[in-house]
Amino acid sequence: MQFVQQLINGVTIGSFYALVALGYTMVYGVLKMINFAHGDLFMWGAYLGLTLFTLLGATALAGSAWMVVPAAIAVLLVVALAGLLVERVAYRPLRHAGRLAPILSALGVAFLLQSLARNIYGASWRTYPSGIALSGGVTLAPGLRVSAMQILALAAAALLMAALSLFVQRTRVGTAMRAVSIDPVAARLMGIDVDRIISVVFLIGPGLGGVAGLIVALYYGSFDFTLGWTFGLKAFIAAILGGIGNIPGAMLGGMLLGVVETLASGYISPQWKDVIAYAALIGILIARPTGLLGERLAAKV
Amino acid sequence: MSPDPRQAAAERPLLEVQGLVTTYGHVEALKGIDLAVEEGEIVALIGANGAGKSTTLRAISGIAPASAGRILFAGEELRGLPAHRIVAAGVSHAPEGRRIFGTLTVAENLRMGAYSLGSDRGAIAENRERVYRLFPRLAERRDQLGGTLSGGEQQMLCIGRALMARPRLLLLDEPSLGLAPLLVKTIFDTIREIHARGVTVLLVEQNARAALRLARRAYVLETGRIALSGPAAELLADERVRRVYLGAG
Ligand SMILES: Nc1ncnc2c1ncn2[C@@H]1O[C@H](COP(=O)(O)OP(=O)(O)OP(=O)(O)O)[C@@H](O)[C@H]1O
Ligand SMILES: [Mg+2]
Repeated sequence: MQFVQQLINGVTIGSFYALVALGYTMVYGVLKMINFAHGDLFMWGAYLGLTLFTLLGATALAGSAWMVVPAAIAVLLVVALAGLLVERVAYRPLRHAGRLAPILSALGVAFLLQSLARNIYGASWRTYPSGIALSGGVTLAPGLRVSAMQILALAAAALLMAALSLFVQRTRVGTAMRAVSIDPVAARLMGIDVDRIISVVFLIGPGLGGVAGLIVALYYGSFDFTLGWTFGLKAFIAAILGGIGNIPGAMLGGMLLGVVETLASGYISPQWKDVIAYAALIGILIARPTGLLGERLAAKV
Repeated sequence: MSPDPRQAAAERPLLEVQGLVTTYGHVEALKGIDLAVEEGEIVALIGANGAGKSTTLRAISGIAPASAGRILFAGEELRGLPAHRIVAAGVSHAPEGRRIFGTLTVAENLRMGAYSLGSDRGAIAENRERVYRLFPRLAERRDQLGGTLSGGEQQMLCIGRALMARPRLLLLDEPSLGLAPLLVKTIFDTIREIHARGVTVLLVEQNARAALRLARRAYVLETGRIALSGPAAELLADERVRRVYLGAG
């Protein structure tokens, strides 16, 4: 039972990694560039949640878990727009400026977002108001308990990933996203406005990342301005593990990292979980340098 | 009395390229190209490796930089327009090397070819049926990934995908490259059929003999310049063309 319990916990955390990893992988797909600011956009989702809960605290929803719904929608929209803005202002002008300039620009945006959060919200740990996080849970078997918070987080992550998969697999713009990832020049010859597709990616990736920030903050209860680096870095690693540029890969990589980390923590020791998780990661990458579902070697980082 | 502008446009060639210059870094790949394609023609563009044939097509469709000159299509200046606007204007390009989306299915590749039609389901379905009639093989393989097709099938998909936008002008870059002789014949027959259905064609070919037999007129490109041009039949008989491009003694 303990194993199943650990697995459920691992999948929950893994689904958060996956949601954030999707943003890294989608941007890499269309631009062959790592959006180092993505982790901090994700962190801003958590902080915006804080502000929104304070504002919503003055409404009829005060103290109710239902506050999460409007907050999540608002975070999705605001962080998506922030992502769009970052691309327009910091990346697009450098599109043809070689490899190094966009990386530096991305790191610059990352530090800017982080410093901004620290200056506005302070350097100390912040906690969401009580009453929002769902309490209670379901006992499935003796020693096997799934908290209501866990169910909510998993359901939200699953819903978002299912929606994204449908979009990417079934719609015209989603298919164009895949086409641009494969061959941007051929995509232009098809009449695809590649800049437009890049904008869509910079809306969706950060939008999902922002909601993930809110969910992570709810799940753990507290966070600080380093959330983007610590958690974001792991999500980035999950994206590479799954094969950067590959959308199902990001989901798989996130889940795997979450499960390995949780099992290592539960069966060996919490202090050693990162050592074990990353040793496993390095092992996987040595065996498969392109990541689990990646087809080609990441040529440009 | 001023002439009717529509009539004036109708008298001009569908595509008119004047003084086209393309530079890659320090390499001047096109040094001022002039060429014209009349509505309803097949025009061939031949020349040695590196002469600038592909660059000419790429500059017309907006994926290679054109630093000087004019590219008039149906009276509209294309130079400086983004590639997707050029497709929307009615120019489709089946590029060198086919560039199929290998991890998209055949149907999805075709769907991307019709991207400029937006979500006009009726028009897309109609074009798809037309492409499937032209290449029944593609209909059989519609759910297969593009990358799993044979070379000949990929070339069919490349051309079919370009036709999905219902172009007025089709740019074909080496459609017969790397294909077995029987398939080469099939592809040339198909080009004839596409043309018979009203599409104007500008064809780049290494296979100069076949291209000159198919085309009405042709241009010979040498290191970024038009060296010769004229009716294809005349070029086919031209001593110099025969020696240099047709491998005849
Ligand atoms: N992207 C590029 N960057 C730099 N130089 C290029 C590029 N593309 C083409 N060139 C150069 O421009 C010239 C013309 O090339 P182009 O591909 O147009 O020739 P081509 O006539 O199509 O040749 P082929 O028959 O081999 O296809 C060549 O000297 C080539 O090396
Ligand atoms: Mg060429």
